[in-house]
Amino acid sequence: MTFGIVVFPGSNCDHDCYDVLGRVLGQDVRFIWHKTTELDGIDAVILPGGFSYGDYLRTGAIAKCSPIMQAVAEFTARGGLVLGICNGFQVLLEMGLLPGAMVRNTSLHFICRDITVRTENTETPFTRRCTSGQVLTIPIAHGQGNYFADDATLAALIEHDQIVFRYASSTGELAPDRNPNGSSDAIAGICNRQRNVLGMMPHPERCAEAILGNEDGRILFASMIDSLAVVN
Amino acid sequence: MSQSTLTDQETARVRELLGREPNVLEAGMFSVMWSEHCSYKSSKRFLKRLPTSGPHVMQAPGENAGAVDIGDGLAAVFKMESHNHPSFIEPFQGAATGVGGILRDIFTMGARPIALLDSLRFGSPEEKKNHRLIHGVVEGISAYGNCVGVPTVGGDTVFNDIFERNPLVNVFCLGIAKHEHLMRSKATGVGNTVIYIGSKTGRDGIHGATMASDSFDDASVSQRPTVQVGDPFTEKLLMEASLELVERGLLVGIQDMGAAGLTGASSEMASGAGNGIALDVATVPRREEAMTPYEVMLSESQERMLLVVTPERADDVLAVCKKWDLDAAKIGQVTGDGMLTISDQDTIVAEIPARALTDEAPPNKLESSPPQFQETLQGLNLDLVPIPHNYTSVLLELLGSPNLSNKAWIYEQYDFMVRTNTVSRPGSDAAVLRLKGTSRGLAMTVDGNPLYCLLNPYVGGMSAVVEAARNLVCSGATPVGVTDALNFGNPERSDILWQFELVIEGIADACKALELPVVSGNVSFYNETNGVSVYPSPMIGMVGVLDTVENAVSQWFKDEGDIIILLGETLDELGGSEYVRVIHHREQGIPPLLSLETERALHRCLLEAIGRGIVRSAHDCAEGGLAIAVAESCLSRPQAPVGASVKLTPDIPDMRIDALLFGESQSRAVVTVASADVDAFRANAEQFGVPMRTIGTVGGQRLQVRSSDATTSCIDIDVETMYGTWTRQP
Repeated sequence: MTFGIVVFPGSNCDHDCYDVLGRVLGQDVRFIWHKTTELDGIDAVILPGGFSYGDYLRTGAIAKCSPIMQAVAEFTARGGLVLGICNGFQVLLEMGLLPGAMVRNTSLHFICRDITVRTENTETPFTRRCTSGQVLTIPIAHGQGNYFADDATLAALIEHDQIVFRYASSTGELAPDRNPNGSSDAIAGICNRQRNVLGMMPHPERCAEAILGNEDGRILFASMIDSLAVVN
Repeated sequence: MSQSTLTDQETARVRELLGREPNVLEAGMFSVMWSEHCSYKSSKRFLKRLPTSGPHVMQAPGENAGAVDIGDGLAAVFKMESHNHPSFIEPFQGAATGVGGILRDIFTMGARPIALLDSLRFGSPEEKKNHRLIHGVVEGISAYGNCVGVPTVGGDTVFNDIFERNPLVNVFCLGIAKHEHLMRSKATGVGNTVIYIGSKTGRDGIHGATMASDSFDDASVSQRPTVQVGDPFTEKLLMEASLELVERGLLVGIQDMGAAGLTGASSEMASGAGNGIALDVATVPRREEAMTPYEVMLSESQERMLLVVTPERADDVLAVCKKWDLDAAKIGQVTGDGMLTISDQDTIVAEIPARALTDEAPPNKLESSPPQFQETLQGLNLDLVPIPHNYTSVLLELLGSPNLSNKAWIYEQYDFMVRTNTVSRPGSDAAVLRLKGTSRGLAMTVDGNPLYCLLNPYVGGMSAVVEAARNLVCSGATPVGVTDALNFGNPERSDILWQFELVIEGIADACKALELPVVSGNVSFYNETNGVSVYPSPMIGMVGVLDTVENAVSQWFKDEGDIIILLGETLDELGGSEYVRVIHHREQGIPPLLSLETERALHRCLLEAIGRGIVRSAHDCAEGGLAIAVAESCLSRPQAPVGASVKLTPDIPDMRIDALLFGESQSRAVVTVASADVDAFRANAEQFGVPMRTIGTVGGQRLQVRSSDATTSCIDIDVETMYGTWTRQP
């Protein structure tokens, strides 16, 4: 199994994802340069955090037009696993591969801190190792992580069980003061209806080793590895 | 546009060096290169007193940054630099480009930046008028650092009215390089090609270095065009491209275009190698039309670099730049005549010996003498400092005061985790980062107490060094190197120069005693508005090494039942304390005195105990004294704050209780150990001759402190209330 990590010129969590998948979890992992147009031999794609092309315009707006993203769109259509983290989530929204949009945090500030999310759907290739309602501690680091969707879109997300993570307390309670950025319905991560594309604002690659104080993020990557093993 | 700030004496010297009258462009080039900011003409003779060598030093001052060998074939490359003047004029961009500039200093050396820290000095955050500045600076740092993807892992912030119209914004950056990749900014090899890469040159920042070498008045806002606008995305491209060029061994020399722009970079590269450079301004990529050679040579547009490469590798270099979508152009070559020769197509527009620009600025031999008010400042009459009735409310007032309260409202705007190396996050004594691929860790901290430096510049300079070292030691790291950013008022005033001289003396003596080399630094004078100078503000950035990063210790209490130990002696010292400043509204007295021998013993004792794995937490006892140190160890615990029960025994009979609780005696630390390890810890402390007392136990949800001769607690407060006060954003 080979993971491909897309590298936009402004990606800055590309190395972190590479390190977790390669050194920590022993997977075959490759960087995919944004100017390439194919994903041959790749079993799963990670769209890492960062500032794709500076994001001075709208987050992910230019990444949407990059050569590699056409290949990613085709890859998802074939059922390939794609995990978009932070900026990667923003790019997936811009591409229309996931519904909704991202606006600035309600505080209007960048926020970097540990938060807790509740797992809402364990029937995805990314969360199959989680237990229903499991609370994970994962850091966030973003200025535009305030997920917005209109009522119809939210209703559809709920109807199709597409909400994968919600911001919640450490005991799994939803509360306004546990929603760090003002996201609609406390949404921290969603998947598409086919379940092969997940976008999430928290950074699981930042909490996959004991030395960093927390290993909760590992469960996502381990789930992906399990899922790929089943497919292969 | 073509203003020259040369003095008559300097103009005469220029004539002598050129053997003729300079033209307008040449006069402009001399004017920026001989500015205080670029030439250090007033400070050089004092800076010589700093120790700069040591067995691990790989690069002493004189390059873009200093470098220290940290083992495993790696070098830590670091420097701290000020961006005060631009930040006052335009807080967001001033601070952002401060981050950009120091990052370039590090990757120019061939090192990948892995950490940023900031020392910030502002007026009170409780005054609304200061908000634009404070929030502008914090957001500028956040926007730039986060986008480039270098974590901001620590810093220190001091609020004092004196900084209201002279904020200080100092940024420290550390990078890691393999020994063989350490680069120098030298234009060696006559005939080699000079290549320009990065952003196009615009008309921004012309005479920025000159602006940074002057005082301010009410009209300073009109200087806004001298502040550059940052583009962190281009910086990221420039960083990745530069590191790829270094890694592939394609470069002979590399220099960033910071202060004095293309003039600075080209003359420094040439004179560093004893060569010359000939370049054609017509080939420089430009943002605007019809720019004059003067504008091109003096622009301080950001995110630009100058490279020297062998002619046969020039095309490979251009290809790497193309990969990263960066502008790049061959603009000249290295010559053997020692001249900086600037042409505009076929016309020579400037011709100056490179060394004349970089090395020949006439030194400013200014006089120093103590200010008239120094005795008044030091004469704190304790009869006028009444003993408080209620120590609990004093503790709360201190915990909620801007300087001692929690700074999460600042550091949570910075990405402090990107690159997944951050082992100790902001909020402990020092940031600790692991070094992937090794067992080691690096600790870093920035420190400086401007009030101590005002009251006694010599002791203030020493204190900044030893406190930074103590922060590193408390995290388990052995200090290995220092960088300093020295922020002062107008050096043409004898009292300011006196402060400068004594602060340097203090830093030098402390560094010598602790065997710490100063490998890089920066001087910022003229931090003065309408005749009011900042307090003398040296900022010390210090780096330490942990052989085993797993041994890193944090400041917060760990488990209920752990025993709290105070290392060091508490003297009857209240001068210069936060307690006297905040509660009694006096900035007076003699700051706590220091014995460098005692300090060294404390460091050895702590490092030995931490190495043996018996220390659960360690926290430097600093501003706010023992009570605040204990409270911080209770409150900063990430899982949940915890209480403690403490009994204090005065080391001196009849000592004031407020001095015992809030005095800032040096060379102390609050440590916890498991109860089974107390005896081992005591034996260790005795071996190093460090006084120690067990003072209490971790646990519960209240902080209770009583003095040994009293039956009731002088402080008794629930943790939740303390936490609420401590974390309230000002």
